[in-house]
Amino acid sequence: MSATQRLKLENIVKEYPGCRANDGIDLIVEAGEIHALLGENGAGKSTLMKVIYGLVQPDEGQMFWNGKPVQVANPAEARGMGIGMVFQHFSLFETLTVAENIALGLPAYEARDRAKLEERIREVSAHYGMALDPRRYVSTLSVGERQRVEIVRCLIQESTLLILDEPTSVLTPQEVTTLFATLRKLSAEGCSILFISHKLEEVRALCDNATVLRHGRVSGDCRPAEISATDIARLMVGEDTPISTRVTSAQPGELLLEAKNLSWRCDDPFGTSLNKVSFNLRRGEIVGIAGVAGNGQDELLKALSGEVRVDAGSLEFDGRRIETLTPDQRRGSGVAIVPEERLGRGAVPGMTLADNALLTASGQGLVQKGMIRFGRVREFCRNVIDRFDVRCNGETSTAGSLSGGNLQKYIIGREALQNPKLLVASHPTWGVDVGSAVAIHEALIRLRDEGAAILLISEDLDELYQLCNRMGALCGGRLSPLAEASDLSIEQLGQWMAGEFGSEEASHVAA
Amino acid sequence: MLQLERRPVDSALMRWASPVLALVLTVITGFVLFLAMGRDPVEGLRFFFITPISDVIGLAELGLKMAPLLLCAAGLTVCYRARLWNIGAEGHFLMGALGASVVAVQFLEADGFWVLPLVLLAGVLAGVLWAAIAAGLKTHLHCNEILTTIMLNYIALNFLLYAVHGPLKDPYGFGFPQSVMFGDSSLLPALIPGTRLHIGLAFGLLAAVAVWVMFARSFVGFQLNVIGQDHRAADFAGFSARRLTWLAFLVGGATAGLAGASEVTGPIGQLVPQVSPGYGYTAIIVVFLGRMHALGIIAASALLALTFLGGEMLQIAMNMPKAVTGLFQGLLLFYLLTCDALIHYRIRFRHRARESKVMTPSTAAGEA
Repeated sequence: MSATQRLKLENIVKEYPGCRANDGIDLIVEAGEIHALLGENGAGKSTLMKVIYGLVQPDEGQMFWNGKPVQVANPAEARGMGIGMVFQHFSLFETLTVAENIALGLPAYEARDRAKLEERIREVSAHYGMALDPRRYVSTLSVGERQRVEIVRCLIQESTLLILDEPTSVLTPQEVTTLFATLRKLSAEGCSILFISHKLEEVRALCDNATVLRHGRVSGDCRPAEISATDIARLMVGEDTPISTRVTSAQPGELLLEAKNLSWRCDDPFGTSLNKVSFNLRRGEIVGIAGVAGNGQDELLKALSGEVRVDAGSLEFDGRRIETLTPDQRRGSGVAIVPEERLGRGAVPGMTLADNALLTASGQGLVQKGMIRFGRVREFCRNVIDRFDVRCNGETSTAGSLSGGNLQKYIIGREALQNPKLLVASHPTWGVDVGSAVAIHEALIRLRDEGAAILLISEDLDELYQLCNRMGALCGGRLSPLAEASDLSIEQLGQWMAGEFGSEEASHVAA
Repeated sequence: MLQLERRPVDSALMRWASPVLALVLTVITGFVLFLAMGRDPVEGLRFFFITPISDVIGLAELGLKMAPLLLCAAGLTVCYRARLWNIGAEGHFLMGALGASVVAVQFLEADGFWVLPLVLLAGVLAGVLWAAIAAGLKTHLHCNEILTTIMLNYIALNFLLYAVHGPLKDPYGFGFPQSVMFGDSSLLPALIPGTRLHIGLAFGLLAAVAVWVMFARSFVGFQLNVIGQDHRAADFAGFSARRLTWLAFLVGGATAGLAGASEVTGPIGQLVPQVSPGYGYTAIIVVFLGRMHALGIIAASALLALTFLGGEMLQIAMNMPKAVTGLFQGLLLFYLLTCDALIHYRIRFRHRARESKVMTPSTAAGEA
């Protein structure tokens, strides 16, 4: 059998200060196999793939490549052996062309003959159904196209094992379908693929075998097509964690927020400008904004929070114009924000949870005549910790010491306990463990049922369909029309995410 | 093999042990330097660290030097907590001295309790004005405050030199560049009769207490901390960076201005070109050595005040150059910054040759 074993890992151990990221992991990837590596954040997936790619040296264990024991000293050596890797965050120069970017990773004699290289890029990309123009500048490419550049780069280097780190998280549903077709073709031609993900349905649709990691160990191997997503999820999270939220139906009330033609010009050449974004929100409903990252989600959030002042357009909240108010003034009138970055925006990493409560909740009677009322701050903080089940060593823990999920529960709790009328949450469950994600979803629904309006900005379509009453998508700083989630097909949403909607139509529906 | 390894959490112990370690290393280096220069190191260190404060007069002189350091350091603490690297305490100080002198020479003969407050207020306002220039450049034109404050220090010094050579020069001073002696009602009262120690030290201690209250209890102190630690969180919370920047600079200007005013109305009693032996710069070391904490800066200002006295003592007793003061101050800051690495990192002895190259920040370890 060893002849068809492309990659074999035996008892890989990698220890970091304070954590055993990989604790005796075995893994076999056959030639031409699409193998899924599953696990929650922090389960050890990233460390393992860094070991394979030579970015990290294991403390113990042995790696075999095509049956021979090997030690991969660095990524260049890994590429030389035929291991290609596509990171979640692409390593491309935006100011260079596709061909130039690919040439950078090649030996000098190959990189120099640009005409031949361009020819090969065209050839490879056409063969695998990934249309690419080698002369385009990367800055003009969509995220999906950039991913193609990364994959083509690996293929030109004649990789026989392709590692893809959460490749679908940046793609629209249509692009995912195209990517899968490419991957199947590659696999049929004998290239092995290690597909890292936590999206179970995709894994079931694509992968032959799966290895599930939990707390740095292998918690199970399975054939994903043959067992249910729930069973795989159980392997990922263990026995005692809830894995789904019960969503009750919403009772939307009167109009709370009306955004009309919000426009904001971004000075950063690679940033996104907002272009006439209009929508409205009613009390007691959750409205979802889908979209591939970097299409104006963060800018929209900042325009709503007051961190940036829009150039044009109006925001009417609870009968009052708020577009010129500062963030703390908006918060005072009932707007709560949960930003995408938990550490370094939603919370100060080096400060205690109590101090971080003060960051946004100072208006809740925690400050009197300019002096902090520490008794009340601690009380508020303990309240958040208790009510939202934040696992920590009390209110003196620093925010940076909490896991992502626990910190997110704390931040959501901090905002929710201020009884906001509007909560804007950006990617609230991104990188959060399943148990915390369920708790966060339940908190959002509870808040909705108490009459708050919630704007949920997320890339996770399952999450959006599960929670939202109405949905739309952002693309290039423009917002699609909003539609009832129950009437909105995933194909339609995918087209919106790709920007296929008329702007007149958008303003028509919003008005 | 020695290696620095990132600690999972910063060491609270090292935060306070680092200044002590730095002091020990400074003393050891001083010992070696005395040896190298062929002087008796034990005697040298005794003259530097012990002799100056072995009697009441010496202690009073220590307090006298502490006063301006503490005042400047209190204001700088407010700036540095917010990561506003105001290097301009020297300039604020000089302008404070100049402002106070301008008013004081108007009231040479005047008699009244109001003269001294007016003189001090003039010093404070002059310091505030000087700091306001740097604050405005920072908030409106995004100029780096390190550069602007350093440049403003030189401008302030030249203003002061112009004044003592020109408009404020004592007409009966035999051409020396200095102002007339101030009237009695412009002078600070003594804190301990019979010594030169004046109530400037009380101002300094009060300023340290105020800083303590500000950062331990007040919301504005919290906002300054947030701005310093995490600018984006401050934006998110809606704390106005512009307002807080102005506040920090103006507080820094006010305390350093008061320090300058206290110096000319205290031990000197007139405006002279060498009014500051570099108090505003030394105060920067005080703030870092004192961990930007009120109690810490009180202790650190005493230590740095001692370096001025010790330097003078060595000049007198061992015929050594004035530069020893700067040398010891520099050593102290150098070792402090080095030892502060141990707050975030720990030293590990490694026997395995093969270790991860990417995940561990493998800065080569110093001998410290």
